[in-house]
Amino acid sequence: MAIVETRNLTKVFKQGQLGAVNDISLLTREGEFMVFLGPSGSGKTTLLRMIAGLEEPTGGDVLIGGRVVTGLPPRERRIAMVFQSYALYPHLSVYKNIAFPLRAQKVPKEERRPKVEWAAGLLGIGELLERKPRELSGGERQRVALARAIVREPSVFLLDEPLSNLDAKLRASAREELTQFHKRIGTTTIYVTHDQVEAMAMGDRIVVLDKGVVRQVGSPREVYDDPADTFVATFLGSPPMNLVDHGEVLAGFRPEHLLPAVLVEGPAVALTARVTGVEYLGNERVLYAQIQDGRFAGKRLIGRLPSVYHVEIAEGESVRLAIPERNLRYFAKSDGRRVEPRSLAWE
Amino acid sequence: MGMRRGDRFLGAAMFVPALVYIAGLVGVPLVLAFLYSVGNVTVGSVGYKFVGLANFRSVLQNPAFRGALLHSFVFTVSAQLLVIVGANILAMALRNPFRGRGLVRFLTLLPWVAPISLGAIGWKWILDSIYSVVNWALVQVHLVKPFDTPMWLGEPTLAMLSVILVHAWRMMPFSTVILLAGLTAIPRDIPEAAAVDGAGFWRTHFEITLPMMRPVIAVALLFGIIFTFTDMTVVYILTRGGPYDSTHVLPSYAFFAGILGGSLAEGAAVSVFLVPILVLVAWAMLRVAHSSEVV
Repeated sequence: MAIVETRNLTKVFKQGQLGAVNDISLLTREGEFMVFLGPSGSGKTTLLRMIAGLEEPTGGDVLIGGRVVTGLPPRERRIAMVFQSYALYPHLSVYKNIAFPLRAQKVPKEERRPKVEWAAGLLGIGELLERKPRELSGGERQRVALARAIVREPSVFLLDEPLSNLDAKLRASAREELTQFHKRIGTTTIYVTHDQVEAMAMGDRIVVLDKGVVRQVGSPREVYDDPADTFVATFLGSPPMNLVDHGEVLAGFRPEHLLPAVLVEGPAVALTARVTGVEYLGNERVLYAQIQDGRFAGKRLIGRLPSVYHVEIAEGESVRLAIPERNLRYFAKSDGRRVEPRSLAWE
Repeated sequence: MGMRRGDRFLGAAMFVPALVYIAGLVGVPLVLAFLYSVGNVTVGSVGYKFVGLANFRSVLQNPAFRGALLHSFVFTVSAQLLVIVGANILAMALRNPFRGRGLVRFLTLLPWVAPISLGAIGWKWILDSIYSVVNWALVQVHLVKPFDTPMWLGEPTLAMLSVILVHAWRMMPFSTVILLAGLTAIPRDIPEAAAVDGAGFWRTHFEITLPMMRPVIAVALLFGIIFTFTDMTVVYILTRGGPYDSTHVLPSYAFFAGILGGSLAEGAAVSVFLVPILVLVAWAMLRVAHSSEVV
């Protein structure tokens, strides 16, 4: 097990162009499950590849277990990586795929079989050892890739969108399995994804990346409840956070905090809005509303109303909506950064 | 579902030119070769008398033929060995982008696209006993003494070596292009996974890359064998089979005996010796092509 650190890590692919990764300094904790989350092109995979040693940084350093490994090839970093495509060796059986890292590290032959069987057993693929990768389903391939990664007990695990090739149903169960797996192995893990649900569900901490820059590092609760800026606020959460322009300041609130006023207790901001649409999703209703009157007349808002509340709301109706004050977040309009709470005129 | 009559006719009509072409240019000469090999024809002779296997018997007793048979194998195996190893190295060098890669690729292809007779004549001068630039260079770096330079095309061993090298030079681009295609077809993730798994260059190359390229290498090899085994251009231009028939291969021997020597029957018998070998290679080729479809 080891701590991964990046110091001012930068990658510029073409000189004169904007970097894919810009001056990123991160520090994992021992045994942590850290998720790099960002839209495509945010630099999360490039960052991971530099940690793996597959991409040479333009500047900065990578440290694994306190040792600078920037100039070292991947094999001297004691890492294991699972690729998005799984990158199984198509001409080798599952057994030989899993044994390959052991062979490469010159583990004596008699020690290999027990290790391969241990890894395969851990992932429940003991029956598949003689098959070729092309004879496996997507889920099985993913397990083989994981088994190949853990077999030599690496100090760091790097996972590049390992669930994106699975269908939606399998993905949910694989997510849970991966979390359990991490708990059992306890190896420091870095997980790259563009899927916020995966990030929220699995990460001890989430690194939100955009355009090669870290926007926020924090626990799932922190990045969701206390986003550092408007990018994080709108990237996480579906539907995204409502942002209302108060001149210098943007006031933001999550759709689930926009409720009919009758349901809100304590200090709150109230608005009158016309409901333009209601989507019934079973567990909740999604409300599309437009503020009536006042300085924000015409501003569109999205609300989520859990089905436990039996409030009658129909399209075209005018309703009184409220947002608890403690759920309001404020951002500077100039740079989108979070600012101190303040009282604003809403009507 | 049946085809309409008109469609069937059109299909047949479209097919005929290819059939005529193959029958005329491949089928007729092949049949003629078989007929000649069991007849008594010579250049200029009229009539045909069946002589059974007499031509084969006489050819087999001819030491020059047995030499040519052996040389054919030496020539093909050595040249292909050089080609496959060289083409592998070239393909790897040309896979990743670098400044001027386009130019290097073009130059690599040049020996294949330029007419082989021109290339071979160039080599004839390069290896000439008096004007050889190779010898000049060797003398300049004091590797050989002046007036005692190697006779590249005049000594049996050196002549064979020269013929093999020039043919390998000529075949290299062809195999390189095929191997390059096979190499670029390997997803980038796979060698990267091997690197992360701890494999160095050689292990990745021999345990991952080469096995994954096996079908492509087989195709390059089999085509190369056919092109080498049936080719006489380089031998004809560089040495004309000499010195003392030491570089004759079956095709060149067949040509010299059958066309230049006038004994069509003997030439035909020599060429027919090529058939079983080529049938074997063709069979292997089809098998490989089939098995690579499954992978």
